[in-house]
Amino acid sequence: MSGPNTQYDPVEVAALDPAAVEQAVTDALAAIAAADSLEALKAARLAHQGEKSPLALANREIGALPPSAKAEAGKRVGQARGRVGQALAGRQVELEAERDARILVEETVDLTVRTPRRPLGARHPISLVSERIEDIFVAMGWEIAEGPEVESEWLNFDALNLSPDHPARGEADTFFVAPAGSGLVLRTHTSPVQVRTMLDREPPIYILCPGKVFRTDDLDATHTPVFHQFEGLVVDEGITMAHLKGALDAFVQRLFGDGIVTRLRPNYFPFTEPSAEIDCQCWVCGGADASCRTCGGTGWIELGGCGMVNQRVLRAAGVDPQRYSGFAFGLGIERSLMLRHGVGDMHDIVEGDVRFSRQFGMEI
Amino acid sequence: MHAPVSWLRELADVPADATGADIAAALVKVGLEEEGLSGGDISGPIVVGRVLTVEPEPQKNGKTVNWCTVDVGDHGQRVTEGKAQEIVCGAHNFSAGDLVVCVLPGGVLPGGFEISARKTYGHVSNGMICSARELGLGDDHDGIILLTELLGADAAASLQPGDDAIALLGLADEVVEVNVTPDRGYCFSLRGIAREYALSTGAAYRDPADLRVAEGDGTGYPVHLTDDAPVEGVVGCDRYVARVVRGVDVGAATPQWMRKRLTQVGMRPISLAVDVTNYVMMLLGQPLHAFDLQTLSGAVGTRRARVGEKLTTLDDVARALDPEDLLIVDGSDTPLAIAGVMGGEASEVTSATTDVLIEAAHFDPISIARSSRRHRLVTEASKRFERGVDPAVAAAAAQLAVDLLVEHGGGTADPGATDVGEPRTPAAIAFDTALPTRYVGLDYPREEVLSTLRAIGCVVQDDAGDAGDAGDDVVTVQPPSWRPDLADGPDLVEEVARVRGYDQIPSVLPQPKDGHGLTHGQRVRRVIATTLAHQGLVEVLTYPFVARDLFDRLGYAPDDSRRRAEALVNPLSEEAPLMRTSVLDTLQDALRRNVARGHRDVAVYEVGLVTVGREDAAVAPVPGIEVRPDDATLDRIREAVPAQPRHVAMAAAGDASVAGPWGPARPYDASDAVAWVLTLGTALGLDLEVQAADRSPWHPGRCASISLPDGTVVGHAGELHPKVTAALDLPARSVAAEVDVDVLIAATGTPRQADELSTYPAAHTDVALVVDEQVPAGRVEAALRAGAGEGLESVHLFDVYRGEQVGDGRKSLAYRLTFRAPDRTLTTDEVSALRDAAVAAAAEQTGAVQR
Ligand SMILES: [Zn+2]
Repeated sequence: MSGPNTQYDPVEVAALDPAAVEQAVTDALAAIAAADSLEALKAARLAHQGEKSPLALANREIGALPPSAKAEAGKRVGQARGRVGQALAGRQVELEAERDARILVEETVDLTVRTPRRPLGARHPISLVSERIEDIFVAMGWEIAEGPEVESEWLNFDALNLSPDHPARGEADTFFVAPAGSGLVLRTHTSPVQVRTMLDREPPIYILCPGKVFRTDDLDATHTPVFHQFEGLVVDEGITMAHLKGALDAFVQRLFGDGIVTRLRPNYFPFTEPSAEIDCQCWVCGGADASCRTCGGTGWIELGGCGMVNQRVLRAAGVDPQRYSGFAFGLGIERSLMLRHGVGDMHDIVEGDVRFSRQFGMEI
Repeated sequence: MHAPVSWLRELADVPADATGADIAAALVKVGLEEEGLSGGDISGPIVVGRVLTVEPEPQKNGKTVNWCTVDVGDHGQRVTEGKAQEIVCGAHNFSAGDLVVCVLPGGVLPGGFEISARKTYGHVSNGMICSARELGLGDDHDGIILLTELLGADAAASLQPGDDAIALLGLADEVVEVNVTPDRGYCFSLRGIAREYALSTGAAYRDPADLRVAEGDGTGYPVHLTDDAPVEGVVGCDRYVARVVRGVDVGAATPQWMRKRLTQVGMRPISLAVDVTNYVMMLLGQPLHAFDLQTLSGAVGTRRARVGEKLTTLDDVARALDPEDLLIVDGSDTPLAIAGVMGGEASEVTSATTDVLIEAAHFDPISIARSSRRHRLVTEASKRFERGVDPAVAAAAAQLAVDLLVEHGGGTADPGATDVGEPRTPAAIAFDTALPTRYVGLDYPREEVLSTLRAIGCVVQDDAGDAGDAGDDVVTVQPPSWRPDLADGPDLVEEVARVRGYDQIPSVLPQPKDGHGLTHGQRVRRVIATTLAHQGLVEVLTYPFVARDLFDRLGYAPDDSRRRAEALVNPLSEEAPLMRTSVLDTLQDALRRNVARGHRDVAVYEVGLVTVGREDAAVAPVPGIEVRPDDATLDRIREAVPAQPRHVAMAAAGDASVAGPWGPARPYDASDAVAWVLTLGTALGLDLEVQAADRSPWHPGRCASISLPDGTVVGHAGELHPKVTAALDLPARSVAAEVDVDVLIAATGTPRQADELSTYPAAHTDVALVVDEQVPAGRVEAALRAGAGEGLESVHLFDVYRGEQVGDGRKSLAYRLTFRAPDRTLTTDEVSALRDAAVAAAAEQTGAVQR
C-alpha cells in the first residue's frame, strides 16, 4: 500500500472518520503521557507516530479521497499529527531533563574528604617577616644590601669604632674563626655590610641590611646564638636625627599599624653619636592596659638601637663627615616576629619543626 | 647603680613630693635606663618597743624560744586588751629593758610580707621583734636589732616605746636602680646620678667633692709612678693620692646610717675601714684602697708585672700575673695589688691593723679593662676604672675617707698628703654652636647650647664674633674632668639634645632620590624559596655548625674539597666546631628532628650561605679604628674572608603522597628530588639538563647532576646513600638535593628572548627504541633532539618496557615526538624524515635500535 490509488476512489474512508482520528490522538496522548522513560517514549513514538500508526495510515488514505474531500481530511489529520508530535517533543524534553538530573545526582562525590595529594609547603616566618620589612623600605626608595657571615674583624669591629678592648670583642660574646688571630669572626651584627657599602660607593646611601648574625648566647626561650637582624643606614647631605625618627615612625606604622609611633631614649653605642634606644608604642593596648602581655603594661616596647653614624665610622669608611651625615639603626627580626605574632618560645623558631612554619602560610 | 632617694636628696634639691618613680623618669629622660625601683613596700605599724619580760621556754625540738612582753606604747594589745604586747621571739641577744623594733599585726615588711597574730609554740604571738635583715637593713640575721647598739646610747636615750620605727630608720626609703652605659662612668656614683637628676629637672645640685682637702705638700707617704711598658702609649697611673691615718680602731662599729646606705646600694657592710672606702666610692665614684701601713716597706709605687710573678688577691686566689698587669708595689718591690682591680692578701687591713694608708688613684681604663678580663675578675673598682673615673676627685675622695676614719675610728691623720702624677684632661673641642640644630633637625638657640654645655660642667670659651672660616660660630669647649667621653662635636650635640629631650625631635621622613628595588639575585632567591614551598617543601633555618666527623658520615672521599671547612676557636659546642660547606650538612638535622617528632612524611628546605674553607689561611689585617685603611690593606681584608656562596638544599622522607580514598601512597623517590631542581629551572626560565652522577652523599645509582645548557653544574639530586642514611640516623630512602643559588642567579638576569609561536599544526609520531639497560634515558632524549633539529617541538617518554621481547639487559623506551614548523604544515614525508634523523642520531650515539 504505497501511493494514492487512483483506480479506487472512495468518498469516505473509516480511517479518516473524525471520531477515529480523534480516538487515535487520544490514544497517542495517553501513551505519551504514560511513558516514564526515554525507552517507553521511544515505543510510544513508534506506535503512534511510526509508519504503521493509525494516524500515518489515515494520512495515507487521504490521497484516495475525491478532491473535494481532500482538503478537510488533510487538515484534520495534519492537526492530529501535529498534536501528537508536540506531545512527543514535550515529553522528550521532560524525560531528558529527568535523566540528566538523575545522572548528576548519581555522580555526586564527597568533597569533604580531604585529598592532600600535594600539600602546599611553607616559608619560614623569619623569612616572611624579613621580606616584608625589606619591602617596606624598598617602597620608600631604599635598597637591600647583603654581605658575608664569616667576616673580617676590622669590618665587624674596628671600622665601627669598637676598639680592640671593647668587651663585645671577647670570646664571651663573639665567635672567632680559627686559627686564633685569623682576623676573622662570625659577624655579630650586619653593620659590616654598611661599612662595605660606604667603602664601595659614594653617598647618597639608603640601605637596609638584613641577615643572619651570631653571638655566643645559649639557646633559651628568648635568646639564640644564631639570629637575624636588619640594620638601616642612610648617608646623605643634611641628614638629621629627625630623619632617623621619621624613618622609624614610617617603618613601625607599616609593620605594626597606622598611628603607631616610636620614642627615642638616649643611650650609648660606639658606632653612633648621638645614640638612642628605640621604643615603639604598644600596638596591642596602646598603653591602656596595665596587664598587657605584649608591653608589660608600660605602653612601650623596646625594639632596638639607633643613632647618628659616628664620624669615626664615616672616616673609617672613607666618607667625609664635613660633607655628609647619616643615621643607622638595628632591630631584631626574631623579636619582631615574636612580638607581632605572639611566638612565646625561641626554640620553635630555630628547631625547624614543620608545624611551626606551616601555620603562617606564604604571606605574613 | 642604685640610688637611694634619701641620699640623692642630700646632693640635689629633689622636690619633697617626688617619688622614686618620678626620679627614675627624670633619669631615663637624660639617658639612664631604669632597671628597677625597690623600697616603698614597707608599712606600719612598725614601732620602737621596750622589752618588759623575757621567759625562755625550752621546746621538744631542743630549741629555746622566748615568750616576751614588750611595751609598744599606744599600739596593739595596749589599745585592744589593755596590756603589753605578747610576742614569741627566737633570738637570744637581748634581755628585759632593751629597746627593739617590733612589727605589729597589720604591718608589712620588705618583700610584701604582711604580719598577723599567729599561734606558735603554744602562744599567740602578736607580731615580731625584727632583725636587721627582716627590715631590709642588711644581712644580719643572727639576732634582733638593739636600738642602743644601732643608733648609739645618746640617740637611743630619747626614744619612747611606740615611736614610729619606719621614720626613725628610714625604712620607707625608695631606691632607684639605673643601668649606666659604658660612656658614663661618672654615673657609677651618687655624685654623678645627682648631677644627671639636676640636669634633667633643673634642680639645684651640691657637689659632694666640694670639701676642704689637704694639699699634696711633699711630706706625705712617698709614692713613685713608674711604667716602663705603657699600654698603647698610655701610662698606667697618672695620679696617685696617698693619705695616712694612724691609731685607727678598726674594730669600731660602722655608723648605722653608713651601713644602711651601703646595704641600699647593694654592698655588704664588713668593717669600718672597708665600709668607709666603699661608701666614698659610692658617693664620689672614686675607688679607694686601704693598706695596712705596717705591712708596707718603703715607698709605694706602680710598675708592670714580671713574667712568672704571682699575687694572692683578697679573694684568696693565687694569680699568675701578666707582664701587662699594672701593679702597686712597695719599697721592697713586693706586689701589693693588681692596680685598680683587687688588692693583695698580705697588705690587707685586718683586725690587728692600727695604721692605714688610703690610696686614691687614677688608672688607665684600657690597662684595667685588660687586667680585669685577663683574670676574669670584675670588681666595683675595675668596673669604674674601665669606664673612666674623674681624675680630679681623687684628693677629695681620700680626704673624705680620712675624715670618716678619724670620726668613726678615732685615729689621727698625718698632716702631709701625697699627690703625684699629672692626669690628662679631656682635650678642648672647637664646637660650632649651630651643629646641634644641623645634626638633630630641631632648632637649638645659641644660648641654650651654651647653657647646656655649661650645665654639664664644660667650660665654654665664648669667642663671640670669632667666626670660623666658613662663617661658623665656633666656640671652644673644655669638657669637665669626669667626662672623658666628650671628644668631638657630635658628643656635645648629644648633650644638647638629651637635655632638651629626645621627645622633642620631630619626625621627618627622609626622601631618597631613587631606588632600584630588589636586585635580580634577591628576586631570584624569593622565586626559589616560593617555588619550593609551592612544591610542598617547608622552609627551615638551621644553625650552620657541624661536627668534625660529619664529612665521614656523609661518605666524602679523603680529597673531597667539601671537607675543607672553617673552624671556630670558641664554638658553641665542641661537638660542632666547623662551618658547614653544604646546606644539606645541617638541613639533615631538621629532617631527622621532624621525623623524630612524628612527622613521618616530611619535606624541608633551606636557603643559606655555606663557607668554602680557605686553602691558604691568610690573616685578615686589623688596622684599627677611625682611619680608612689604604686600598692594599682593604684588599687583603676582603680577600682573607672565605667565599660564601648561597646554596639551597632540599630533603624529604616518607611518602610524597599519602594513602587515602584516592589511592595508595607513593613514597618520595630520587625523581622527586630531581624534579624539585628542574622545577626551579622552569620557574627561572632555565632549561636545565640531567645527567647520571656519582657523588656523595647520594646513592651511586640514584644520583643526578643537574647543569645549565653550557655544562655548568647547578647541583645534585637523588636518593641518599644507604650508608649515609644509616650513619645520619635518617629514614632509609630519604632523598635530597643541593643547588648553588649563585649559579642560578648568574645564569639568569638577561631578558629571555621570546620564541615565536607557530600556529601551524603539530605532527605526532611515536618511536620505540631498544637500548642497553645502562644507557640513561636522558642521553637518548638528547640524541633524539640533536638528530631531529629545530623541527622537534617536544619529546615525551611515555613508556619503558623490559622483558623477553627486548632481551636481557635491554630496555625499550617509547617516545612521542612532536614536530612543528614555524612557517608551514609539515608533510608526512617531512615528518618521517625528521623522525628518521632523530632515530639515526639515537642509534649512533646510544646504540638504540628501533623496535
Ligand atoms: Zn600593651
